Amino acid sequence: MERKHLLSIEELSRGEIEEILETSRGFIEISKRPIKKVPVLRGKTVVNLFFEPSTRTRSSFEIAAKRLSADVMNFSSSVSSVRKGETLKDTVLNLEAMKTDLIIIRHPASGAAKFLTTFCSSSVVNAGDGTHEHPTQALLDGMTVLENKGRLDGMKIVIVGDILHSRVARSDIFLFSKMGSKVVLSGPPPLIPPYFSELPVEVDYNLDRALEGADVVIMLRLQLERMHGGFFPTVREYREKYQLTPERLNRTKPDAIVMHPGPINRGIELAAEVADSGRSVILEQVEKGVAVRMAVLSLLLGGEK
Amino acid sequence: MKILLKNGKVVSPLNKINGTFDVLIEDGEVKEIAKKIECEDCKTYDLTRMVVVPGLIDMHVHFREPGREDAEDIKSGAEAAARGGFVAVAMMPNTDPPVDDPLRVRYVVEKGKSSKVFVFPIGAFTKRREGKELTEMVLMAEEGAVGFSDDGSPVSDPLILRRGFEYLLSLDLPYLDHAEDVRLSQDGLANESAFTAKLGLRGIPWISEAAAIARDLLIAEFTGGRIHIQHVSTRRALEIIEEARTKGVRVTCEVTPHHLILDETVLDSYNTNFKMNPPLRSPADRDALVRGIKSGLIDAIASDHAPHTEDDKNVEFNAAPFGVIGLETTVPLIWDRFVSKKEISVRKFVELLSVNPAKILNLKGFGKIDKGLSANITVINPNKEIIIKGEKFASKSKNTPFEGWKLKGAPVLTIVEGEVVFEAL
Repeated sequence: MERKHLLSIEELSRGEIEEILETSRGFIEISKRPIKKVPVLRGKTVVNLFFEPSTRTRSSFEIAAKRLSADVMNFSSSVSSVRKGETLKDTVLNLEAMKTDLIIIRHPASGAAKFLTTFCSSSVVNAGDGTHEHPTQALLDGMTVLENKGRLDGMKIVIVGDILHSRVARSDIFLFSKMGSKVVLSGPPPLIPPYFSELPVEVDYNLDRALEGADVVIMLRLQLERMHGGFFPTVREYREKYQLTPERLNRTKPDAIVMHPGPINRGIELAAEVADSGRSVILEQVEKGVAVRMAVLSLLLGGEK
Repeated sequence: MKILLKNGKVVSPLNKINGTFDVLIEDGEVKEIAKKIECEDCKTYDLTRMVVVPGLIDMHVHFREPGREDAEDIKSGAEAAARGGFVAVAMMPNTDPPVDDPLRVRYVVEKGKSSKVFVFPIGAFTKRREGKELTEMVLMAEEGAVGFSDDGSPVSDPLILRRGFEYLLSLDLPYLDHAEDVRLSQDGLANESAFTAKLGLRGIPWISEAAAIARDLLIAEFTGGRIHIQHVSTRRALEIIEEARTKGVRVTCEVTPHHLILDETVLDSYNTNFKMNPPLRSPADRDALVRGIKSGLIDAIASDHAPHTEDDKNVEFNAAPFGVIGLETTVPLIWDRFVSKKEISVRKFVELLSVNPAKILNLKGFGKIDKGLSANITVINPNKEIIIKGEKFASKSKNTPFEGWKLKGAPVLTIVEGEVVFEAL
């Protein structure tokens, strides 16, 4: 891959996505060895720069970098001088002065990862920027579907919930549509405004109908902190219409899988029986996440070898 | 000091001048306009192939004095105006503290007097620009305010707006309306569309402008008040203005160069110099605005010059303030994009940037080159090629969305009350 940064799925070609997924497949095996380490990034310094709380993504990147033998520094805004009023730019320039090779950033501002590339010399990986994109999540979602279904082409992928505020949804939309899947969005209309139909998707506000014949259902976390934004009247009504229940799951293909980027609100977007059922591949997503991130880090930094 | 402008193409629509003339300036006034004037003790400029127009007026600028003089003060802003070909500007009251009483109007007037161009204060419409109590508009007008606006924090309460319109009837000065329903654009960063949704930028929908304009025009219609819509940015807003105008509502409106030339598709760079309010809209909106300047529906072009320091702007998109500067780029942009390409005539250019702003703000003696009038004149070289470079601006701020643009057509001489305040012949 001829790329220095990974900022979005939208900017990737189908070929690049295939290359990352192919590389990821090779890395799955490493994590299953008794000694889970390869010297691919020995001597490289990777910074995990997180301005939002995260357990999964941050630890996944950390483990991925460590299994590639990179030195990893974790930086989160709660313990940094950001609280003292230091700007994002100054913070990053100070970290870079310690000669970093790659910065993984999660930030509440859309475009924050791209902003870094305007002034810093390290590679930048977007680990979630505002409501823009979360490219490695989409890659691990793609990997999970590929492992379970053997292909992405021709799959019907239904993404359910708060599309408007979801960076995972945006990255998934671009990834699956580029790979030839059919993407259907479902959720309350205020969370999927009409102009979303201009993206390479179909929109169906009726979840029961949207699920017909689905191969994959991706449930998004209902961001409870937005519940009072007036996007829908009550959680009760949301649950009635958009929770994935065992009955609703019956509308999909019998072998359809259920995914979720986590963390789950049990009993809200996902019924506990579904979350814990054999159809759920949520933990497998987490497992694939490490391999996908190892692939991304090695492809971006490997070019310098 | 006598000045002779020779061989320029003089365009002054109000008194129907459109042709090659010599213009003699003496004691700050235009003494004579004729085919051939000889003057031995004059400072003489040969303006062959240049265009001589009534001094341009930017009716919407923000100078940050008092409050943020590090971004712009009245002196530096006026210097930028002079270099941009403007002889006068109308300065919005959203300073810190705001220009919301007669004394503060006097402060701006006094500061303006020692600056290079005329600085006409716009007074706040309500105290502290809070939308609650009207300001002393009559006394402020006596001190020199030429219009009233809470620009940036639009008046929400319709009763305050009604009373204000009615009160202004005694002055015949306009209410300058930053029309926005801030509840509809709450926390928005960019035009609301599929394009900006992909970028994850929270939307400012076109209804936040159009709905506010519709309501405000109804109140203007009811009261008979004069309303000027600032920086109109959407197709629907224009349609509503057009309808009101046919009903006889006393409405005028302006557009900025950036809304005429750019659209939201530049935002994938997340460059904060494309962040302004109203936001850059869709290509279809931009096309409607261009049609609006051609048809006469839009009365004026104004820069909405909004200086911000490099430190304030060079941050992630969310954190950056809204606004871009425009005093030193407006004339080259409009000339290159519209006059050179025959999209609008020179006459239309003069109407948009001088005649109509003077009319809207009741600026006596402006908008015309005529014998006996104060000599406020701009000269444009249609063939001068420039490259826009923020670092070369007289403005203290560099936040232009047009950095690096190559343009043809630029101001080369700015004359204020018979004095050359900028020369780049």
